[in-house]
Amino acid sequence: MPSELPKSGLLRRLGACIALAAALAVAPAASGEELKIAVAADVTSIDPHFYNLFPNNNIAEHIFDKLVRMDADSKMIPGLAVSWKTIDATTWEYKLRKDAKFSDGTPVTAEDVAFSIDRVPTIPNSPGLFTPYTKSIVSKQIVDPYTIRLKYATPYPLSPNDLSTIYIVSKKAATGATTEDFNTGKATIGSGPYKFVRYVNGDRVELVRNDGYWGDKPAFDKVTFKIIKNPAARMAALLSGDVDAIEQPPTADLARLKNDPKLTLSSKISHRVIYFNFDNLDRSSPDVTGKDGKPLATNPLRDVRVRRAFSKAINRPAIAERVMEGQAVPSGQLVSSHLFGYVPTLKPDAYDPEGAKKLLAEAGYPNGFNVVLHGPSGRYVNDEQIIQAVAQMLTRVGINAKVETAPMGPYSAKASKQEYSVTMVGWGASTGESSSPLRSLIATYDTATGSGAVNWGRYSNPKVDYLITQALQQVDDANRLNMLQRATELAMSDVAIMPIHFQFTIWATRKGVQYTPRTDEYTLAYQFKVAR
Amino acid sequence: MLVYLIRRSLQSVVVLLAMSLLVFVGVYAVGNPIDILINPQADQQDRERSIAALGLDKPLWLQYALFLKGALTGDLGNSFVQGTPALGLILERMPATLELAVVAMLIAIVLGIPLGLWAGMKPDSLSGRSIMAGSILGFSLPTFWVGLMLIMVFSVMLGWLPSNGRGETRLLFGVPVSFLTVDGWRHLIMPATNLALFNLALMIRLTRAGTREALLQDYVKFARAKGLSNARVIGVHVLRNILIPIVTVIGLQFGSLIAFAIVTESVFAWPGMGKLLIDSINFLDRPVIVAYLLVIVTLFIVINLVVDVLYSALDPRVRLADAKG
Repeated sequence: MPSELPKSGLLRRLGACIALAAALAVAPAASGEELKIAVAADVTSIDPHFYNLFPNNNIAEHIFDKLVRMDADSKMIPGLAVSWKTIDATTWEYKLRKDAKFSDGTPVTAEDVAFSIDRVPTIPNSPGLFTPYTKSIVSKQIVDPYTIRLKYATPYPLSPNDLSTIYIVSKKAATGATTEDFNTGKATIGSGPYKFVRYVNGDRVELVRNDGYWGDKPAFDKVTFKIIKNPAARMAALLSGDVDAIEQPPTADLARLKNDPKLTLSSKISHRVIYFNFDNLDRSSPDVTGKDGKPLATNPLRDVRVRRAFSKAINRPAIAERVMEGQAVPSGQLVSSHLFGYVPTLKPDAYDPEGAKKLLAEAGYPNGFNVVLHGPSGRYVNDEQIIQAVAQMLTRVGINAKVETAPMGPYSAKASKQEYSVTMVGWGASTGESSSPLRSLIATYDTATGSGAVNWGRYSNPKVDYLITQALQQVDDANRLNMLQRATELAMSDVAIMPIHFQFTIWATRKGVQYTPRTDEYTLAYQFKVAR
Repeated sequence: MLVYLIRRSLQSVVVLLAMSLLVFVGVYAVGNPIDILINPQADQQDRERSIAALGLDKPLWLQYALFLKGALTGDLGNSFVQGTPALGLILERMPATLELAVVAMLIAIVLGIPLGLWAGMKPDSLSGRSIMAGSILGFSLPTFWVGLMLIMVFSVMLGWLPSNGRGETRLLFGVPVSFLTVDGWRHLIMPATNLALFNLALMIRLTRAGTREALLQDYVKFARAKGLSNARVIGVHVLRNILIPIVTVIGLQFGSLIAFAIVTESVFAWPGMGKLLIDSINFLDRPVIVAYLLVIVTLFIVINLVVDVLYSALDPRVRLADAKG
């Protein structure tokens, strides 16, 4: 805006010089076909199988296809596979589309699918592979170039959900390729809507439209993802026009952003539930003390009445309105309303401080007790503020709550070893249905079967376990839905965990660019449109 | 001289060893990196597999021994989250940080020393007082705030400069640098100024104090009595004599500019080493943290050595063999 130059003589001349230089340098960037997006987290690798990490997957979503895709509501839709069905109790058959080509021109065939699934467990030095989604596959059978069958040891209804996470790479390009070959682009041959151009570590990823893509043509032909982790800097980049869109604008600025005529906000309920775990171990719980400050011999959190009292003491609508600035929906279960497994009749506990006090008295704690709430700082939207609010609400019913937070790393290291009594954490149902949170958060911890891996409170209920195990064998959707819902109802009536809300994911774009917001939190360039 | 250099090198090795051991134990005490690294959907077997893949299943002493063994051959291990050599990652990011630090230091020197001289010569004039008042601001305003204000004014309100990132780079002796392009300078000038502010203030104050002290010395009076021009008195006699503390501080501050460019780098999304360190700490990416600190310690050691050598050039009375390591 050179018209706003300062008035003093020297400054004006200086300003004019700089403005001229700026104008000269800015001119070529003014094309409408390029989209610049500021993302909040670092991309660590372009190899789509190296590390199951959100920002990496976000980039892979552009370059690589999957058999099954997720739409904006996390419903499964055809990707490379046009259809899928069970052949017998333990075999799934996927029919591939015939018009899909890799960016080097070779067609995508069942060979590439089999190769990609085989490649997953072979990546060395990975901090987290995609093996959770491939290890149930016992064998693969290529029926013809466009048909593949996957065999499982037991009836396995989640096959399409699992495959909605596995990126298909080109067998020709990726055979023998290392993770570094993907970073340089040598092996980065995919069949997605965009092609890889350049990855500058810690700085940016550049993509260009893949004109051979089988699906809808994206609106922008060049895309740059800029990594700007600092929320204020991300915001400034948008305000100054250096980028066209950002993810996760700072919540504190939302009110102002809504009124800015140059910006558009879009938001959507996320698949991520924010919840609390309770220590269910039969011991003197580490953070719980009586009103006299001495440890309690028994663990009050094992009593369902106490857990229910916690839940009733919390004013969820107030947290959603005030702490989250309206960017959350109160929750009484594991998945949000449009995901598979949601129980329509299950409402969040209403705010009832009197009821909470009564339950505490019934459980033998009429004066309450002291507890320390633990949680992460800076991991979820307004996480520390949520815990603070919960602590104050608990204190009002007599449970004297203190708050201790730490960065996710050290916090989760201790929380997962049961060193705390009450812990807050979030869970994203990334496969779009409720069996994954049920199995990971609610089912009994068992290293042999891999269930309850994130069951930090060590809640255990054989009836719930039975329902989850049964549900995971039901290939029939209606039966499975029924069992998952019953398992959820049972676990929630037990207050196995205490859900608070589903957070919203927010994107801000400059006027003229529009984003179709997504439940899975991904920022996908091909979902941006030029607004008319 | 040679004995001195050998002694210094041996000391450096001890420092580097102690440093790496501290970081190893420190990161170990924080927790198991796998807890944050792995996707929560993974079950216990997937966790075990990842722990083994990163070598975290071995006892700490063995992990450290393996690290030392690798370090002897120049291999500081692979980044946990990127899967590529940690040292390579740091060297890849180093030009960006060095460029930023050098430009910031040059701004501080080129502006700071003349302004300090001026303020020292005319301590009671309006200009001298203004310079000193300005330097107090440079000291006391927090870097991240100044950075954000610069962005607000020059990017958001005036739209003159880009708000973040590094500009177009060219290869210079195989190293990508951005100070050879106009776009590069447009990106560079704000973060460099922001990073320079503290040191600019420091330079001004040091130079002013030195100048005021030197102006009272007999050799200055004698030079004036000889009828030398003011420019020669200030430029040669005063400046040369006040340069020793300034060179020390430049040396020390250059090291800390590199090491503590972190704030500026994150405000301006500058893809340098500082940003890498912050990301690595968040991920408990131990190989990168260790490699980063080793590189920084080495830099400090080299800078200190250069400063000592410069002393002897500036002040003939200083002999390197007497200098304390």
